[in-house]
Amino acid sequence: MLGIYKQEAYERHLRFQRDADPTWGRKITALPGCEGILTCMQCGTCSAACPLSVYMDYTPRRIIATVREGFREDVLRSQTIWLCASCYACRVRCPREINITDVMYALKREAIRNRMYPPHFPIPILARAFFDMVKRRGRSTEFWLVLRMALRSNPLILLGMAKTGWHLWRTGRLSLGYEKIRGVGELQKALASPREEV
Amino acid sequence: MSNGNGSVRIGFYVCHCGTNIAGVVDVKALAEWAATVPSVVVSRDYKYMCSDPGQELIQQDIRDHHLNRIVVASCSPHLHERTFQTATAKGGLSPYYFQMVNIREHDSWVHKDKKAATEKAKDLVRAALRRVVFHEPLEKKQVPVRSDVLVVGGGIAGIHAALTLANAGKHVYLVEREATIGGHMAKFDKTFPTLDCAACILTPKMTAVRSHPNITMWTLSEVAEVGGYVGNYHVKVRRKPRYVLEDACIGCLECIEACVYKQAKVSDEFNLGLGKRKPIYIPFPQAVPQVVLIDPETCIEFKSGKCKKTCVEICADRNAIDFKQQEEIKEIEVGTIIMSTGFQTVDAARIPYYGYGAYPNVYTSLEVERLINASGPTGGEVILRDGKKPKAVGIVHCVGSRDENTNRWCSRVCCMYSLKLAHLIKEHTDAEVFNFYIDIRTPGKGFEEFYCKLLSEGVHFIRGRVAEVTDWALDPSEEGKLVIRVEDTLIGRVRRIPVDMVVLSVGLEPHADADEVRRQFNITCSTEGWFLERHPKLAPVNTFTDGIFLAGCCQGPKDIPDTVAQAGAAAAEALVLIDAGHVELEPNTAYVLEDECSGCKSCLSLCPYTAIAYHEEKKKAEINEVLCKGCGVCVAACPSGSIQQHMFQDEQIFAEIEGVLAHA
Amino acid sequence: MANSTSGQEKKSYLYFPGCTMQATGIAYGESVRTLFRLLGLQVEELEDWNCCGATSYMSIDERAAFVLSARNLSLARQAGPRDLVVPCTACFLMLRKTQEYVRQYPSIRQEVEGALKQAGIPPMGPVRVRHPLDVLYSDVGVEQIRAKATRRWHGGRLACYYGCQALRPYAEADQAYNPMRMDELLQAVGVTTVDFPLKTKCCGGSLTGTIHPVGVRLNYIILKEVARRGAQAVATMCSLCQFNLDAYQSEMREEAHEVFDVPILYFTQILGWALGGDFRSLGLHRGIAGRNLIGQWFTTPKEVEAYV
Repeated sequence: MLGIYKQEAYERHLRFQRDADPTWGRKITALPGCEGILTCMQCGTCSAACPLSVYMDYTPRRIIATVREGFREDVLRSQTIWLCASCYACRVRCPREINITDVMYALKREAIRNRMYPPHFPIPILARAFFDMVKRRGRSTEFWLVLRMALRSNPLILLGMAKTGWHLWRTGRLSLGYEKIRGVGELQKALASPREEV
Repeated sequence: MSNGNGSVRIGFYVCHCGTNIAGVVDVKALAEWAATVPSVVVSRDYKYMCSDPGQELIQQDIRDHHLNRIVVASCSPHLHERTFQTATAKGGLSPYYFQMVNIREHDSWVHKDKKAATEKAKDLVRAALRRVVFHEPLEKKQVPVRSDVLVVGGGIAGIHAALTLANAGKHVYLVEREATIGGHMAKFDKTFPTLDCAACILTPKMTAVRSHPNITMWTLSEVAEVGGYVGNYHVKVRRKPRYVLEDACIGCLECIEACVYKQAKVSDEFNLGLGKRKPIYIPFPQAVPQVVLIDPETCIEFKSGKCKKTCVEICADRNAIDFKQQEEIKEIEVGTIIMSTGFQTVDAARIPYYGYGAYPNVYTSLEVERLINASGPTGGEVILRDGKKPKAVGIVHCVGSRDENTNRWCSRVCCMYSLKLAHLIKEHTDAEVFNFYIDIRTPGKGFEEFYCKLLSEGVHFIRGRVAEVTDWALDPSEEGKLVIRVEDTLIGRVRRIPVDMVVLSVGLEPHADADEVRRQFNITCSTEGWFLERHPKLAPVNTFTDGIFLAGCCQGPKDIPDTVAQAGAAAAEALVLIDAGHVELEPNTAYVLEDECSGCKSCLSLCPYTAIAYHEEKKKAEINEVLCKGCGVCVAACPSGSIQQHMFQDEQIFAEIEGVLAHA
Repeated sequence: MANSTSGQEKKSYLYFPGCTMQATGIAYGESVRTLFRLLGLQVEELEDWNCCGATSYMSIDERAAFVLSARNLSLARQAGPRDLVVPCTACFLMLRKTQEYVRQYPSIRQEVEGALKQAGIPPMGPVRVRHPLDVLYSDVGVEQIRAKATRRWHGGRLACYYGCQALRPYAEADQAYNPMRMDELLQAVGVTTVDFPLKTKCCGGSLTGTIHPVGVRLNYIILKEVARRGAQAVATMCSLCQFNLDAYQSEMREEAHEVFDVPILYFTQILGWALGGDFRSLGLHRGIAGRNLIGQWFTTPKEVEAYV
């Protein structure tokens, strides 16, 4: 009870304009698929259409507004961008035809590039493991991916997965094969070709 | 350049237009440069040439310097060509010795590089200075204006325009597609924000139309053909059969009672299918004309020819029923036309996630108007299709408005009519009413106060666009309800709100056949499909076709007061033409050099205004100057070069082209 | 559209299985191939295809994601002017999205084409990427399925679950809001489908693996409504949807104290069975939940022995 009198119990929510990074906001809105951000009218259709918004700290609508105003930290540290399951429900309903799913992808890339996610957070770890595996072999194998993700985030979750794994094994749906395509060389070359840096 | 016209004395003026032009084009340099051009006697720059002192400047210079040509470089001729022509005429010259150069829309507004913009201005001005040398004094033609007026569409706009004109002593033909006049307004229960009864204020005007000696009212009728020009339009109107003689029927409605159909079984259009009618019916109790009609699609006599015809029997001596009535074409001559064809509401099924058509208790706002209306299908009770009163009602704003997937525009009236419906539903049912809105727009007299009143009545206002109306239940409290899923953007939470009834506040859009109609009348549409006004601020009821005016929602969404105001304005514009008695036509028409015409007839089919005829005896083409709009198609097409056009003579055009290219 | 008439000329398709068809979604691949064989349609697997990158590549490097699909589209073009059938909806969307973005954004086109060129991969062509639902509905048609069915459905009512990425954002496999093609195809072989408002709700995709409780909850909501609508099983058209709905039912039993034992089938399994396909070649033995019902509905007594 006494805790509420301590200053640290209060978080200060004031945003100074110097906290904003309008250049960053403009950079995001200039990316392919993110142009629509500027025309958002904050109607919230995206948030209500989203099956995951109920778990988000910032609803998708607020993410759009926060990006537009350039509050980079708030956006990239939010859970929202990781909860997006890319189902495009927001995208097809948006009355301004904003590619909200692609905005979320762009923000995930920003966060991963700047390492702005909690340590051991499974989603970027999975994405990275997937990325590397496909780059090396041209294909992915779910079993090894999940194993790598678990080992790097929280090995304990493997216990919970054991049962599912057993079911899959029993029905012949657990492949341990480590596939590699013949054209992996050309694929790697294509992936490594020089790019325009953002 | 020697032009063989030694006595040409040009006055040149460049307008700053505040900073609109002077901010980009170096107007001083332009005037100094123009002064060096041969034949230019006076060259000035001035802050606002269109102002009185600016116009006075031109007149004074004509007198002082014996000018005989005037060139003004300023804005679009659309705006001020007439202003400067008038000033030129006041100075004592023919107004056709004037030429305008548009260095605003064509230059300063579209360029940033000041130097290049100034150079471009010089090119444009040089072209005008060379062209104006070859100008000739021309005479305007006058044509008489007939005093009869055609009003197309009998909603509140058409009714008000017709009454205004008729009261001014002009004869009006009012043509209405439906069986009754009254339009959408006749379907409403109350009107916002005053909550006066729509029928109480509308029906007196409807009966006034019917009884006015100066109004010929044709219902179930459509315009079939329009020809002619301002002051002299000839129009064909198709009158569809009603199968009841309008003059004989007294509106006793006994035939409806006597119809062999004991029960009303046909879906009732006036009540949007919520009620039933018989094959012989009247749209609604106060319909005007108070004359029944027969729907041949469902009447047994039409289907089998074996009906007992109890309707005819009861009508007896009046003999008002006529199964053999045929379509009729009426031909009329009018001087002016007022378009008041109105709007249609957006089909709510176009937004599939709102469940219209899938869930019976999802209604459109217009349907709810009928439910609330005492003469509606439920006698004014707000009840669901199963007869129960709703305990919770959700009103979804902006359905088919502000949405790239349907219509981009704001329909302007939905906020206010939604608030009105919220008030009336609460009054009728005492239900919890939820409004789901993106923005509340109440910019009218008494509108904001009405919104405030609704807030104080305890109506819920949830700021968020509804993403979904469904019947799946996530919680036992949602069983058997329609669930509205929305982000309450003010609270910042996604909410699921169970309701018994959903009202979709559908937006306004142009009629499906608006484009066909505009072609018929030769007027223009905006990209959205609304009829386009001549100028969005300064000529809001005029069209680009002289003598045709706009009133009401066919020009864009608007509420009743604005519609009535616009209808009055359109009537006044028509009266201006009628009372002037004649109109002046621009003399930029084409003419045939008879000696050179070979009579090949190739121009005849090309003329979009059917202004060219073939003179059988002379074997030459002949152009009716009144019909000619000066489009120039025939001039360009004539293989022997024997058609010329005033204001666009070859020498004028070549001089202009040379002027533009002279810098190279 | 182009109905393959009476089968004189076999229509031929290229087939892009995607990584999950080798593992969790193996039954989908098996049933698609069996069904197409029964319909007399040729399918040839795209030689040396690579992973589509799914949502992970998009989250790390957009251009790399497009390059992955670009190689596949290039391979498809080289393999001849045939439609590319892609049952995995993640692969389907990535291939379609790559085509759309390359068309829409010159900068992306330049980068992707440059990358292919650098690696000596021939350029992409105008390949038509199709989902099997679209192929079966548009090319084969409900009537032909009805005519070719040799078995009449005697199982329970089904809820058709279409998922997300085959319908959104490009509504090509079916319409985005109230898709009905799967319903219509299944009805043609005698299935009663229920009116299911969650047919396009998201299953959570990979969230069941990463933010497990949230992912499972989404599937719980879907299965709860399946039961509420009186359906005994679900027909799916995406390997991830099938896996998510199938694999966590026992977990939901423990957490929500609600008994779920709902067979999660691929629509291609049901159609394949109706056209006379056998139990194992349609991968029907690979279901986790609702194995009793699957046994009852699909097996002849002889097959039961093999199954049990």
